[in-house]
Order: sequence, then C-alpha cells, then structure tokens
Amino acid sequence: MNKRFSVLLPVMAGVTLLLAACSQSGSPGAAGVADTIKIGEFASLTGKEAAFGQSSHKGTLLAIEELNAAGGVLGKRIDFIYEDNRSSPGESATIAKKLITRDRVVALLGEVASGRSLEAAPIAQSSQVPMISPSSTNPKVTETGDYIFRVCFTDPFQGQLLSGFARQTLKAQKIAIFADVSAPYSMGLAQYFREPFVAGGGQVVAEQKYTGGDKDFKAQLTAIKAQNPDAIMVPGYYTDVGLIVAQARQLGIKVPMFGGDGWEAPELIQIAGTALEDTYYSTHFSPENSDPVVQKFVAAYKAKFNGETPDAMAALGYDSAMVLADAIRRAGTTDGPKLRDAIAATKGYAGVTGATTLDAQRNASKPAVIITVKDGKFKYLETVAP
Amino acid sequence: MTEFLQQLVNGLSLGAIYALIALGYTMVYGVLRFINFAHSDVFMVGAFAGYYIGRQLPPETLGGGLVALVGGMLACALLGVVIEKLAYRPLRGRSTLTVLITAIGVSLLLQNLGQRVFGANPRSFPQLFPSHEFHFDGMVISSAQLAVFIVTLLLLFALRWIVMSTRIGTAMRALSFNPTAASLVGINNDFVISCTFALGSALAGAGGILYALNYPSIDPLMGTLPGLKAFVAAVLGGIGNIPGAAAGGLLLGLIETVVVALGGSTYRDAVAFGVLILILLLRPGGLLGRLQTEKV
Amino acid sequence: MRLPQAQGWLLLALVASAVLSWFTPSFNPYFLDVAMSCGINITLAVSLNLINGYTGQFSLGHAGFMAVGAYTAAMLTTAASSWLLPMLGGQTGLLFLVALVAGGLVAALAGMLVGVPSLRLKGDYLAIVTLGFGEIIRVILQNIDAVGGPRGLIGIPDYTNLFATFALVSVTVYAIWAMIHSTYGRGFIAVADDEIAAEAMGINSTRYKIRAFVVGAFYAGVAGGVYAHFKSYIAPQGFGFDKSIEIVVMVILGGMGNMPGVIIAAVLLTILSETLRQFGDFRMILYSLLIIVLMIARPQGLFRLRRNQAGR
Repeated sequence: MNKRFSVLLPVMAGVTLLLAACSQSGSPGAAGVADTIKIGEFASLTGKEAAFGQSSHKGTLLAIEELNAAGGVLGKRIDFIYEDNRSSPGESATIAKKLITRDRVVALLGEVASGRSLEAAPIAQSSQVPMISPSSTNPKVTETGDYIFRVCFTDPFQGQLLSGFARQTLKAQKIAIFADVSAPYSMGLAQYFREPFVAGGGQVVAEQKYTGGDKDFKAQLTAIKAQNPDAIMVPGYYTDVGLIVAQARQLGIKVPMFGGDGWEAPELIQIAGTALEDTYYSTHFSPENSDPVVQKFVAAYKAKFNGETPDAMAALGYDSAMVLADAIRRAGTTDGPKLRDAIAATKGYAGVTGATTLDAQRNASKPAVIITVKDGKFKYLETVAP
Repeated sequence: MTEFLQQLVNGLSLGAIYALIALGYTMVYGVLRFINFAHSDVFMVGAFAGYYIGRQLPPETLGGGLVALVGGMLACALLGVVIEKLAYRPLRGRSTLTVLITAIGVSLLLQNLGQRVFGANPRSFPQLFPSHEFHFDGMVISSAQLAVFIVTLLLLFALRWIVMSTRIGTAMRALSFNPTAASLVGINNDFVISCTFALGSALAGAGGILYALNYPSIDPLMGTLPGLKAFVAAVLGGIGNIPGAAAGGLLLGLIETVVVALGGSTYRDAVAFGVLILILLLRPGGLLGRLQTEKV
Repeated sequence: MRLPQAQGWLLLALVASAVLSWFTPSFNPYFLDVAMSCGINITLAVSLNLINGYTGQFSLGHAGFMAVGAYTAAMLTTAASSWLLPMLGGQTGLLFLVALVAGGLVAALAGMLVGVPSLRLKGDYLAIVTLGFGEIIRVILQNIDAVGGPRGLIGIPDYTNLFATFALVSVTVYAIWAMIHSTYGRGFIAVADDEIAAEAMGINSTRYKIRAFVVGAFYAGVAGGVYAHFKSYIAPQGFGFDKSIEIVVMVILGGMGNMPGVIIAAVLLTILSETLRQFGDFRMILYSLLIIVLMIARPQGLFRLRRNQAGR
C-alpha cells in the first residue's frame, strides 16, 4: 500500500528532475545576438480553416524566401519556425508559448482567424514579443495590447462598407443575417454590419444562427425565406458558406447573398459551383490589380506554387512578413520594445495589399475590394476606399 | 403553411439518412449484441469511396450515380468484413466493455487515417444523380432528397427480405437468439457474422453517399455526429429492431428540424442526446422494441 | 497501522510540491508547462479511474465534468472577482482555492445528475449515455453567451503554478486511494466485479455508483479549474469527446483500477503527446492503434503490478 502511494513521489521527482536537467532561464528575444533571426508563425495548416492557414502560410513562406535570398535582414538569415494549430481552440496558446519560450522567436506571425489570434495575443503581449496578424479582422485582437498589430482592415470598416454596398449597389432595404455563432469574426462582422445598415434606414427582417461545422442549414434558410429579404448576409467562413449558398438556391432562394473576407477560398467554388451566381464578398486583395507590385507578387507566387494564383490570405501573409522585416531594418535590432515601436511607426509601406500605415490602434487602414462570382470564377467588381 | 410543409420535408429527408445509418447499427447489435462504434466512420469511407468513384464518371447521370452508389456500398462491405476479422474477432467472448473500447479505437483509427490519407480539408462531393428541384406550391424537394427517400425505402425492404426470407437471414436471426445453439445446428457463426458486418457496412456506405449528395462537403470527421445521432435513432426505435431503426431515424430527423426551426439551431446536436437520455429513462426498450431482462 | 502512514505520505508530497515550486524561476518555462500538464492529466486519469476502473462504470463523458469545473472556477476569478476578492482580504491565492473548490463542487453536482439516470444502464448503453451527457454539457456551455459561448473565455488569470498542480495530484491520489482501501471502499470494487452478487451481499450498488461519479467528477472539476488558470483560455470545443477519450486511454493504458499504472500512463501519454506535437495526425493514429492492440493483447493495461483483478 505504501508502494502505491510511493510511486507518486518518484514520478513527481522524476518530472521535475527533467525540468532541472533542462533548466535554462533567460528572456525571450535574447536570440538577437545569435546569427539568425528567429521568426515564429502559428497557422491553421490542417482542420476546418485549413484553406486560409495554408494560403497565408504560403504567402509568408514566399516572403521569407525572398528576404533570405536577398541576404536576410540586418545581415542575418531568417530562421522561420512555424506550427500547425489544426484549426483547434487551445492549440494556438500552447504553440505561442512554445515558440516564445523554447524557440525564442523575436516576433510572431499569426493568425488568420480572429478567435485564434485572440488566444495567442495575451501571451505575446505579456512576453513582450510583437505579434502581427495577417488577416484577423475582429477589433479585439489589437485591443489586447501594444505589442499586437495587424496588416489588414478591421471588421467595423468591413461591416460599414458591406452595409453601403448592400444599400447602394444591391439596392436592398430588407436584409436577413445568417451568422456563425461559433466564430468571433462572424458575430463581430454581423454586428458591425447591422449597426450602420439600420442607422442608414435599412431593416433586418430575419436573423438566424448556425454553428460552424454544421452541414444542414435548410431549417434556418426556410425560416429566412419566409421573411422575404431583398438580400442575405452570410458573414461566415467558406466551408459553411459554400453549403449555405448551395442549399439556399436549392430551396428556391434567388436573392443576392453576400459576406466578408471569410468567403475567400478556391474551395468555395468547388463546393457551391453555379449556386454562387449573384453572390458577393469583400476582401483585401485582387490578383487582377494592375499595380506592378501586385503583379510581381502574383508572378513570384505562381512560380513557386505550381501556377496557383494567390488570394487575399496569401497576400496578407506575405505583407505581414514583409512589414515585420521592414520594421526590423528600421529598428536596427530585434529587441522587443524597440521592434514594437518600429512596427507601430510603419507608414505608407508599399505592400501587395495596398499602402500600409499602422494607426494608433495598431490597425491598418486599407481599401477593400468586392469580388463576385461569374461563370464559376471569381471576378473583381469594385474597390472601396476607407 | 408552406414553411411548415417545407420544414417537414427537410426533417424527413434528414431523418431518412439517420434511418439508413441506424439500420446498420441495429443489424450488428441485433446479431452480436454490441455497438459498432466504427460504423460512423465506415459511413465516412462510403462517402469518400463515392467521391473517388464519382470523379471518374460523367456527372449528373442516373447510371453514373448508381455505379457510384453500388461501388461505395461494396467498398464499405469489404471494409466492414476486414474490421471484424482483424479487430473484433480476436475479442469474441470477451467482455462487452473490451469490445466497446476496441470499437472506439477502430473508429479513431479510421478518422485519423482518413485525415492523413485524404487530408483534413473538406472536399466537395460531385453531383452524382441528375440534379433538379421539384417545386410544389412554394415547397421545394431536391432530387438529392428524393434519392434519399427512394434508396432508403428500397434498402429497407431489401433488408427485411434478406433477414426474413433467405437462409442467411434465418441464420442471422438464429445467431441473435443463441450463438451456441446456432453453431450446434450447423451454422458457420464466423461466416454469418462476417455477412452481418458486410450488410451493415454496405448500408452505412449507402448512407454516406446519400448524405454527401445532400451536403456535398465531405471530410474525414464527418461521420461522428451523424453516427451518434443514428445510434440514438436506433435506440429510439428499439435497438435490434429493423423497422424501429427506420421509424427512429425519421422521428429524430423531424425532432431535430423542429428544434432548429423554433430557433434552437445551436442546440441541435444536444437534441439527439436529450432524446437518448429520455428514451433510456422512460422506455429503454425503444418505441418498437422489447426490453430484455438479464438472467443471472 | 495504515491510515497514519498514508497521511504521512500526503504531507510529504505536499511539502515536496512546495519545495519544488520554490525553484520555479530556474526551470525552463516550456518544460514547466509540460510538468503541469502532467499533473493535471494525472488528476483527471485518477479521478476517472475511480469511476471506470474501481467501480466498473464505463464513463465516456469525463471531459464534461472537467468543463463544468473549469468554467465555474474561471467565472469566479474573472467576472465575480470584483466582489469576491475583497471578501477574501485581497488574497488571490485564497481566491484561487475558493474558485477551485467551487468548481469541484459544481462538477460533483453534475456528476450526481449524470450518475442518477445512468444507474440502470450497463456497458454499452452507459458509455453512450455518459458520452451524451458530456456532449450536452459542451453544447450548453457553447450556448451560454455570458461565458463567451463558442468563442471561449479569455483572460483567465494564470494562478496555476507547480505547487497547485502537484498539490492537487497529491490530494487526489491520497483521497481516492484512502477511500478505496477503506472497508467502505471495498464496496466500489464489489460493484465492479459483480453487481448482482454485491447487491445480494447487502451492498447498495446504487449508492456506490453515484458516489463514484460524484467523487470522480469533483476531482475532475478541480483539475478543470487548474487547467483553466493554466491555459488562460478555455472553449467548449476543448472539452468534447476527444478530450474524454484522451483520459480514457490513460486509464486503459495504465490498467483499469490500477492507480500507479494509471499515474505512469498519464505522465507517459502527456510527454508523448508533447513530443509528437509536430506529428499531429500520427499522434492520434498511434493512440487509436494503441487502444486496439492493448485491448486485443493486454486488456489489463501495460503496467499491472501485483493487484489481482478478475480478468476484465
């Protein structure tokens, strides 16, 4: 009987001896004196939102490659360490901790989904490691602290522009909103759309919810159809949106449907196909933009990734890494507080997603593009300035 | 009124899919007295089999659809037999707990192998049968939903015929009453068990393809929730009871749709479990089943 | 003289935890993390072992109890802290303790709610119903907007340290071990071995089963609270079937009803899952193969020492 209990002590001792044997202390970012610069990334390379994570990751990869090919930053090669959070909650926090304390990265890149950025941000903030999110649009992300930045626009802006688009271009007075209750991005965007839309005289005739990962939306769509909206807003992610649009058309819903940048993925067309006629979404980037900076990026991306055309996530992933590198150069060091100040001072950086200036809230104020689907392809419709 | 009828159609078509999967559960349980946890993942494999076969065929043809359906069912039947032979047969005679845990292990293995082999990203399922919407008076039934009704009905009758009117069916029933006695009268238990698994898995495969037709986004984890709900449906109707599984499935589909229509869409997954707990508390034998007392 | 000795061990373990915790600043933070994860998982596995192993009730919803405890404790240290903390004289340590115990108690209540209906059920049905309960808890939490719903709860203060986790392990192991090895405790094992015979001998199997659920749930709840203040972020999706299975595997690997085995298994699996982190899918494939192989070849678990279990 003592034996039973006495197993416990050796186990505890063993575990902590392991700690002692590997004990090293030191502040993160001390790697600045090493001969490489370690940059960490956490992304959803597998799982539900893998398309985003993969795109963003590829963009970042391309940027790092180009930087290293040009001799690195501050004369040092970039050591790029990335990990997959499997689109799963809880993982990003652990990965952030690991990247910061074990791998000692000087900065973190990530994530696409606001929910997962929100997980990791407090850790980066308390460790004084700058974090740049490529495309999380929920305002709360940068509100976490002064070490957290993003290179994209935020949902209040996106919601506002969608509300204008709905009223002016779609000429819709009565809207139904169908949001994903499991994603902060979706609920946030719905809210930031609803407020200006109603303030501008519009009416929200129906509001339904779904949980990300659901497959059957017919019950909610039937209820929406009964309210006769002029258009339906679906501020969700492409995996669900594809099915939603397809099922809506099957139920005989013919009105336009639109949403935000969560729609953007080639899989959307694969899932919903012809059902996507008369649908629209806002995003950060269009490969059809004739700006030479954009075209150079598109060409390089195609060359590296088998002729694939980059999407907004890839472009933002690319920009996030480039903005970071630019800040490191300006700061002349990878020291946390100084690097943070340099990133905050980013002004007019010529990114592939547009001129990037970080404001006092550490958000980027950028124009958005509206994309529509025609003949089974994404097509650029218009640009909306902030 | 139209909205109500539409929701009715939605509920029944969802329910028919649950019924199809529930049939597989109930068959295996009826003969072997154990819950094949891996059934939901055979369902998933069926959907993927349909996906790969369907991509080789011209889309939207009746013939093509049937080929994919039958092909998927055969693939799953094979898978079911293999699983039984490798994972369950060595455990014949052991406690049900051990077998249950193994079944969970097989289920997890299939899911994770699926993620490794197929990738975790959802894929879009090809349009197998000609797609068309039938409009009645404001109500819409899609051809995919129609396919579910038709195939489920056909398979239901086929199953009943096999179990009631064929030798192998009689052997299955004998086995479900008393395995020892069955082997004594000359039934090859191993063979019959393999057939049961093959049949149940084929049904799961059909369920997978029909599900994928209606919700054309498939991924390796797609089976878990429908599988659990179908299990609840089987219990609801009386586990081991074939018409019960069908009835249970339809009922569950309707209940779930009603809950969603009333605004409780975020609770839809809990509905099935709520129903399960209720039925086990109030009428453990299920709606159409008989409770068996345990002899000491 | 058994009892005094066992209490002696408990005291020793608590002191050792405190001493080790003193040296925290000199440990590498990442490995510290892993050690604390081990501690939490040991507690979870040992508490499940009481239900599954010693009492033979196959529960697949243990993560639900963990979730209840985690959320309760987290709410007390975040939303309720403004009025609770002053009541406790501003002592965050005390707040943490109160939160943990509260979490455990609410989880114990949940354990009772789960245990009562499950009584009549055996084997497969029990497993599915407990799974169902676990999922219902998850869905309910997902729908409570006040705790963040599906987006989860962020900003939980990280009160968890080495002492907290190891102290918890010590207390849990002591409590459950002492309970089982008392005369009263033999009842649990009797219920597991043969319920009908136990009833015939005058053991109220119902009461034992409920007790197993309640106590097991309590410790799972406390472990959940410690977990919440460790990750600083909890979401309902993290407490689903997958988590329950993780804990079940630890109990199976260690051998159901085999406490030292379960402890070792918990540590091993925690470390394994960290080292295999980069091979994400392989880890789960390995787990599932492990389960199958174990059940076929060695259902009594890897680490069975001397204890005689009727072959289960």
